[in-house]
Amino acid sequence: MKIKTLPILFIIIFVIMFFLFFKGLQNSNIYTPQTNNEKDIPSFKAKMFDIDNEINSEEIFKNNKFYLMNIWASWCLPCRDEHIFLMKLSKQKSVEIIGLNYKDDNKKAKKFLKKLNNPYKIIFSDKDGTIAIEWGAYGIPETFLIYDKKIIKKIIGPINDESFLEIKRLIQ
Amino acid sequence: MASLIGLYSLIFGLCFSFLIILFSVKNYRHKNTFDNKIIYLTFLQLFFVVLSFLGLIASFVNSDFSNETVFNHSHTTKPLFYKISGTWGNHEGSLLLWLLVLTLFIFLFLLKSKKQAKQYRILTLLFQQIIIIGFFIFIIKTSNPFNYIFPVPNEGLGLNPILQDPALAIHPPILYLGYVGSSIIFSSTLAATTLNYISKDWAKHIKLWVLGSWIFLTLGILLGSIWAYYELGWGGFWFWDPVENVSLMPWLALTTLLHCILILEKRLVLTSWVVVLSISTFTLSMCGTFLVRSGILNSVHTFANDPERGIFILIFLFCLIFLSLFIFFFFHKVKNKDTDNIFWLSKETSILINNWFMMYFLTVVLIGTVYPIFLEVISSEKISVGPPFYNKLIVPFLIPFLLVMAIGPNLKWIKSDLKNKIYLLIFLIISFLLSVLIIKKLNVNFLINTILVTSAFYLFFITSRDFFIKKLRNLSQNIAHFGFSLLILSILFNNIFSTEIITNLKIGETFENEKFKINFENIEQKDEQNFKAIIGKFNIENLDGNVEILRPELRIYNQPNIVTSEAAIKTNLLKDRFMTMNIIQNQDYFNIRYQIKPFMIWIWFSVLLIGLGGTMSLFKIRYED
Repeated sequence: MKIKTLPILFIIIFVIMFFLFFKGLQNSNIYTPQTNNEKDIPSFKAKMFDIDNEINSEEIFKNNKFYLMNIWASWCLPCRDEHIFLMKLSKQKSVEIIGLNYKDDNKKAKKFLKKLNNPYKIIFSDKDGTIAIEWGAYGIPETFLIYDKKIIKKIIGPINDESFLEIKRLIQ
Repeated sequence: MASLIGLYSLIFGLCFSFLIILFSVKNYRHKNTFDNKIIYLTFLQLFFVVLSFLGLIASFVNSDFSNETVFNHSHTTKPLFYKISGTWGNHEGSLLLWLLVLTLFIFLFLLKSKKQAKQYRILTLLFQQIIIIGFFIFIIKTSNPFNYIFPVPNEGLGLNPILQDPALAIHPPILYLGYVGSSIIFSSTLAATTLNYISKDWAKHIKLWVLGSWIFLTLGILLGSIWAYYELGWGGFWFWDPVENVSLMPWLALTTLLHCILILEKRLVLTSWVVVLSISTFTLSMCGTFLVRSGILNSVHTFANDPERGIFILIFLFCLIFLSLFIFFFFHKVKNKDTDNIFWLSKETSILINNWFMMYFLTVVLIGTVYPIFLEVISSEKISVGPPFYNKLIVPFLIPFLLVMAIGPNLKWIKSDLKNKIYLLIFLIISFLLSVLIIKKLNVNFLINTILVTSAFYLFFITSRDFFIKKLRNLSQNIAHFGFSLLILSILFNNIFSTEIITNLKIGETFENEKFKINFENIEQKDEQNFKAIIGKFNIENLDGNVEILRPELRIYNQPNIVTSEAAIKTNLLKDRFMTMNIIQNQDYFNIRYQIKPFMIWIWFSVLLIGLGGTMSLFKIRYED
């Protein structure tokens, strides 16, 4: 029997279409408004935490890699909970963790880091809380994942198992 | 009680499907004449589906909130009219309506096809029963309209206010008559292909169904478009929304099919076209159902997102596609080498050319609709395809399309010549000059607009001339083509001449530009049965000192609690004035959108003309019978 190419071609096309539609069904179609995502990060000038030096934010986020900006304070109890995750993340090469020390006492903050170790590459201090407001933070702790000067993920509240895995997935 | 009757009727209806199949197969094998028992069985099936549908309507009218569908989509304060139309204003009820039309049409088909061969009738019935069973199972398994909830709620959740509208109350039934009518064409074509039954007589017999579904589909799309125009408040009539596209695609296929059937009636050519188009019309309708019901698209029409439903329709749809592919490739025989016998200058050629254009338009719409879905699957990238895509790809090709549409009907069947055809050229020159005169003064792209308007005018003049020359001969076709030229002209002028302003106004403020002044005089409140209305009063003073009053409305519905904006529209023969008003949060200002849209009414009117052409053709067939 002669093999007919046309019917086979049609069958292949329709099978492919079927699978594309089938996969399409599995995607979630409830579009979440992307207000927070992909926003340019606000630029700011702030005092460094350990040295008496002002630094411009643009100098820090300039590289083509992932940054995790974490807003924390020594008086904040949930920050202690998430610290273990930050320590784990600080061992990842693909991400740099930047801390924003929020309305905190310098001495107490240093004590906090001494006790629990320091996951941060750079720490800014935000004595009056204005920088956190500019970033649109609701409270602390709050964490922003930044890539190419854009906020690609915002975690409100402490990092937990779920958000930790998501960050790990995103930076891979 | 009514729900219970509805549910059991539905199950009975499904049982009848199996009985019908049993009797049909028996009849097909053993007897030479058609067994009339089958018609009775089909009637009983129809009866049970009608009963089920009435059961659902009764539940809606009585506001029986123990029924989940009623609870989700109705409310005691809703006017009776919308309680009834709410029956098909939701996923479950609309599927039941779909099933109702399916069973009604196969019953009518059996009554209307008494002159046809027994085997052909039975095979059509069998194919149709496959579709019917598919829908029965789909309804009972995934979208049962008679789900019981306990404890019984006191009050329902209400019908989405934008669906509480007269045009939308009749839009689904009419559209379904068109969609489902195409299922008869599908089944009968498959039957005819299997039996090698395609002939001129068959074409004559199926033409009735093609025309019927085509008319309903046209009117259904028109109603949806009118609804979108005044209810959605965007001031347009076609948005290239995926859901509009899925109704346009079967329409394009069906229109092409209609023209192929016209040829087939005269001579036995283009049979492959007919088979492929019949199959694609129905599969495109089903594909539309899939896209709308599965939640794969996001649109005003999408009902509840339920992947289970999507998977069911998807599998069902592709079963039908593979079944028809199988039948087409294994049974379809080309009777004589079609295209070889077609002379280049003839009515057939012109229809064939425009068929290819129609297929092109169909492909563009299809790609624009499904490509974003496929792309998202492959690359998880989200794109949206909007009007610019369609305009760029479709509009330029309308030019040759319109020209062929004008010339074609003036050629003869089989073989034509160019004797006495000088008027074709004269009209072209006249149309061109006229368009140059019109377009020259305007600040739009000269070349493309002039050529477009020229070709539309050309069709307009040629068809107008035909009214006088041909008088009653081919009147139906002429009206439809005339309507189409009017449609394109109105759309073109509507695009070229429309103006729009968007501004924020407080009560008492005035907006002014060189053409008109808008004064926001006051607002008043009114309480209606199921909504509160805030009505703004705007005085619009034109250059000539004429003052007009427009009263756009905001409606705050109580159940569900939704604010809708009702456009104020003043229509006359030349233009529509269209105004919508929206609240700006926490401010005294209202957002006002005022548009002057020329020739709006002509767009509606011309589509009606197109439909009228089809209807006249339908009566001509009946008359000839």
